[in-house]
Amino acid sequence: MSMSIKWAALAETAGVSFVVTVATVAVFALGILALSRREAAQEAAATGTTGSGTANLALAGASVCFAACASVVGYGLFLIAG
Amino acid sequence: MEHITFLVAVVIITALAFDFTNGFHDTANAMATSIATGALRPKVAVTIAAVLNFAGAFLSVKVATTISGGIVNEKVGLQPSIIFAALVGAILWNLLTWLRGLPSSSSHALYGGLIGATIVGVGLNGVNFGVVVSKILIPAVASPIVAGLAAWGATKLAYRITRGGRETTTNKGFKTGQIFSASLISLAHGTNDAQKTMGIITLTLVSVGALPKGALPPTWVIVSAGAAIAIGTYMGGWRIIRSMGKGLTDIQPPQGFSSEAAAATVILTSSHMGYGLSTTQVCSGGIMGAGLGGPKAKVHWSMARRMLYTWGLTLPAAATVAGLAAFVADQGTWGVVLVGAALVIGSGAMWMLSRRQPVHADNVNDTDVTPVEVPQAPIPTPATTTVAA
Repeated sequence: MSMSIKWAALAETAGVSFVVTVATVAVFALGILALSRREAAQEAAATGTTGSGTANLALAGASVCFAACASVVGYGLFLIAG
Repeated sequence: MEHITFLVAVVIITALAFDFTNGFHDTANAMATSIATGALRPKVAVTIAAVLNFAGAFLSVKVATTISGGIVNEKVGLQPSIIFAALVGAILWNLLTWLRGLPSSSSHALYGGLIGATIVGVGLNGVNFGVVVSKILIPAVASPIVAGLAAWGATKLAYRITRGGRETTTNKGFKTGQIFSASLISLAHGTNDAQKTMGIITLTLVSVGALPKGALPPTWVIVSAGAAIAIGTYMGGWRIIRSMGKGLTDIQPPQGFSSEAAAATVILTSSHMGYGLSTTQVCSGGIMGAGLGGPKAKVHWSMARRMLYTWGLTLPAAATVAGLAAFVADQGTWGVVLVGAALVIGSGAMWMLSRRQPVHADNVNDTDVTPVEVPQAPIPTPATTTVAA
């Protein structure tokens, strides 16, 4: 009976899991915030207070955030199939 | 030869039955929080989970070449009668916990069953206790804590970041995100758990010479294992979905997304590192973390405590039932028939008991979570198996 507990590997797995989760959710939340800002900007543009530039910028930001999340999911799929 | 053929057929059927209970026991893991937040309607949720579990079964057969991942010494002792006994222990424990609406680990039930049946059938030297500690017990303690911490941190950040946004928009966003995170968990579950059944059937066929040594699962094995877990998933273990979605904490969309993201990440990183952790425990840990990270910072500790007790009991309880079953099944064909009969009667009795307080797609989100009181009538736990023996 061999008792070899690899604490370093365990700690690494835990650390990676924590960082990836928090980072992904944070980026996703930023994307959602950008979408929310876009909505507000669109309404402001409709009433003529501002141009549509802010709305477009917010959409671009949201797209970048969601693309980043999608790539994390893609890597997850790669790990599952691996 | 007659005896072996009969036994092999029984093992295959029982393995698929376990796969089925595994499916409906674990629907909650991926879908409980999505159903609780309203991200997915209950029927839609179980359909997506079923399809992805089936798809997941085809993604990989990497783990299907081993049943236990080194927990028991497969070379010396894994005869069909031991595998059968292990499955009986695992199925009965899965059904009993489902009846009580408690999310327990199907994998731990199977491992416990294998350990108990091996100890009785082969002896203590058939079990690699070092592997049990390093690959099961330590991850079992660590993984829900890691998932809980990650979900807690993610929930805090998610609320903080979207504080300035409109709640209707942000909630819609998180609900959409939940569809993806829940799908990822379902897919990973199908890959991991369906492979266990494939491994059991394949290695049983190898042990009687129906397949060459080191054979990969034949297509019919992959299809039937995928189908069994998918049908089980579609049936939906609504009792457990209710406990996890409504019983632990009041889940809002940002919390649902955070807990699912944490669970998916922990499951994928850990299985990549070779830890045999429990999807159920990881998801429950994630939900508790998300509950504490939310604005109300609340967890129903009585439910959490009941879950913890169940987790601790899973390995020894499944091992005890499987050990008894192994002893009886080892007596010959009549023993196998007797254990099979005890399994059918026990499962039927628990299903009948569940009809007294049915939980289904329509009442799954009711907040009044009262556990099924175990009535006076004897329920098929180890005791019944003893009587049957």
